[in-house]
Amino acid sequence: MRIYHFSEQPCPEAWGEQNASLRVNLPSRNCDPRAMAEHYHHRLDEWLLADELGLDIMVNEHHATATCATPVAAVPLAILARQTKRARLLTLGYPIANRLDPVRVAEELAMIDVISRGRLEMGFVRGVPYEVPLSQRSAVGQMGRFWEAHDLILKAMTSIDGPFDWQGEHFQYRNVNVWPRVYQQPHPPVWITGRSPQNIREIAERGYVLGTFLSGFQTKDLFDHYRKACADLGRPAPAPDRFSYLGIVAIAQDRKEAMRRAEVMVGYLRSSGRVAEPFGTPPGYFSVKDAARMIKARGKRTTTTREGKAVDTHHGAIEDLVKAGIMFVGTPDDVYGQLAEFIDNVGGLGHFLMMGHAGHMTHEEAVDQITLVAKEVLPRLQKPRPASKQAA
Amino acid sequence: MVNINGANIELVRRGKGRPILFLHPHIGLHGSDAFIARLAEHAEVIVPSHPGYGHSDLPPAMSTVDDMAYLYLDLLDSLNLRDVTVVGASFGGWLAAEIATKTTERIARLVMMGAVGVKVGPRDRSDIVDIFATPRSRWEELTFRDVKFWQRDYESLSEDELTVIARNREATALFAWNPYMYNPKLKARLHRIRVPVLFLWGEADRFAPPEYGRAYSALIPGARFELVSETGHFPHIEQAERVARRVVEEMK
Repeated sequence: MRIYHFSEQPCPEAWGEQNASLRVNLPSRNCDPRAMAEHYHHRLDEWLLADELGLDIMVNEHHATATCATPVAAVPLAILARQTKRARLLTLGYPIANRLDPVRVAEELAMIDVISRGRLEMGFVRGVPYEVPLSQRSAVGQMGRFWEAHDLILKAMTSIDGPFDWQGEHFQYRNVNVWPRVYQQPHPPVWITGRSPQNIREIAERGYVLGTFLSGFQTKDLFDHYRKACADLGRPAPAPDRFSYLGIVAIAQDRKEAMRRAEVMVGYLRSSGRVAEPFGTPPGYFSVKDAARMIKARGKRTTTTREGKAVDTHHGAIEDLVKAGIMFVGTPDDVYGQLAEFIDNVGGLGHFLMMGHAGHMTHEEAVDQITLVAKEVLPRLQKPRPASKQAA
Repeated sequence: MVNINGANIELVRRGKGRPILFLHPHIGLHGSDAFIARLAEHAEVIVPSHPGYGHSDLPPAMSTVDDMAYLYLDLLDSLNLRDVTVVGASFGGWLAAEIATKTTERIARLVMMGAVGVKVGPRDRSDIVDIFATPRSRWEELTFRDVKFWQRDYESLSEDELTVIARNREATALFAWNPYMYNPKLKARLHRIRVPVLFLWGEADRFAPPEYGRAYSALIPGARFELVSETGHFPHIEQAERVARRVVEEMK
């Protein structure tokens, strides 16, 4: 069982109500580079602390947004590859269907893998709909492009006998010859996020780590698709280390303070869906059937509690978000209990991706959260639990 | 439906007489009925839905308007049409230009209404309003002089109508996402259009403004440019009667 500390490196000063859309079209005039420098340094310090205390590290990237001011995951990864000592460095991930240059992706990741002496966890994502308007390519045929980019990146990383040419449907290259050779052989571990049964099957077939974000108690169904795909292929049941889940943690020595931190962190959920009308449903991203349905009604993203109550992921009350397995809030005992229950519910989890900093949370609060999780939650989760259906 | 090289293309033929091929805009055929009916009083109007639009198949290898133009040359051959008046609206005008740069063997003339397809303005700004970055209500305001010609009660649409809207949007993203609404190669090919070309442009077009149309028409030898009053980007919708009359007059 591993816990990865994660922050979107937000720029919350730009989240004022006057800015209705925080993505795609929010002018960068709203970003104070001096304040942003402080944010970046604090977040990097928090990741260094996570490394020191035995947690692992996750970064991601989004573009043209104040909710996540990391447009280039390779930048924090590169810094952390050099400055950390032991943590696994996960990017979840690279939006490879939107990037024009998969070979460049292979080069960036190969360098990070080598500098970190083999600590890279290589995550690829399709990306959220509002990343599409920022891409040079439309969402039509995006998954075909995703898998071709994936195939090319892996071939580029694993070809060590000189250049090859790539003449695919979406990408054409001459003389692909990635230097340096990757540190982890044959290539760094691959993670891919998935939500549809078809996509999860494709991830399972390749034996990759399945990434799931904020899917709460619906996560069990997603993991079950993976397990079923393995069973259909006649393979043994997948180990917990094939599964990861991202949730939000607000933790403190006393419950009242933890609740206050949860109020701060929930700002992430409230802000993350704030995007101007046309960008949320780019043509080609959803199936024609779903796109037709969305012309009538714009769907809310919802999840359910264990008891089956529907919870609005972006606007639900904190208590409901805890019941839904989106947030984990309270004292170390509380958070341990909630996580243990969640892990047992989904049938085992190898990687918990902890949003341990979000929104307006201060550096001091984040340091306290990381320390509590590393010292008082992780060690307990790593011990086998008597009631547990699966060893951690 | 007609089958062109294995692709089922939805096709309506109305009226009798000399052939008019109407190439619909990126929004599909909604709103075009009156225009087609007026034309059909004087000619045979052939109205396909473009590949990927309406109920037409999208052939697997098709991803550019250039590709689509070849399918239309095959369609003209397959229907054995001659002396065709090609009328293209907006995105359909782009398609008309692409077809005619390849060969005008079966084409008598082009009528380009609010046609897109070339880049004429500064490099740091799109010549055409970006439908993928503009809220629906704002797009309607910029496109129509009078939005009542378009505004639809989406709640009351059938599943089939909604599916067509979604398919049209997806196909437009495939063909026109980037470069947005133009083919960088087209400009240097326009000189090959050696049939009479008439540009008709909505005076109140704020989607692709009249200056764009004038610059476009200047790229085609001998092309004429006429403004149409009291309409925005789609004269065939907002001034169906008058524009149909003008097309028929052009055929005399």
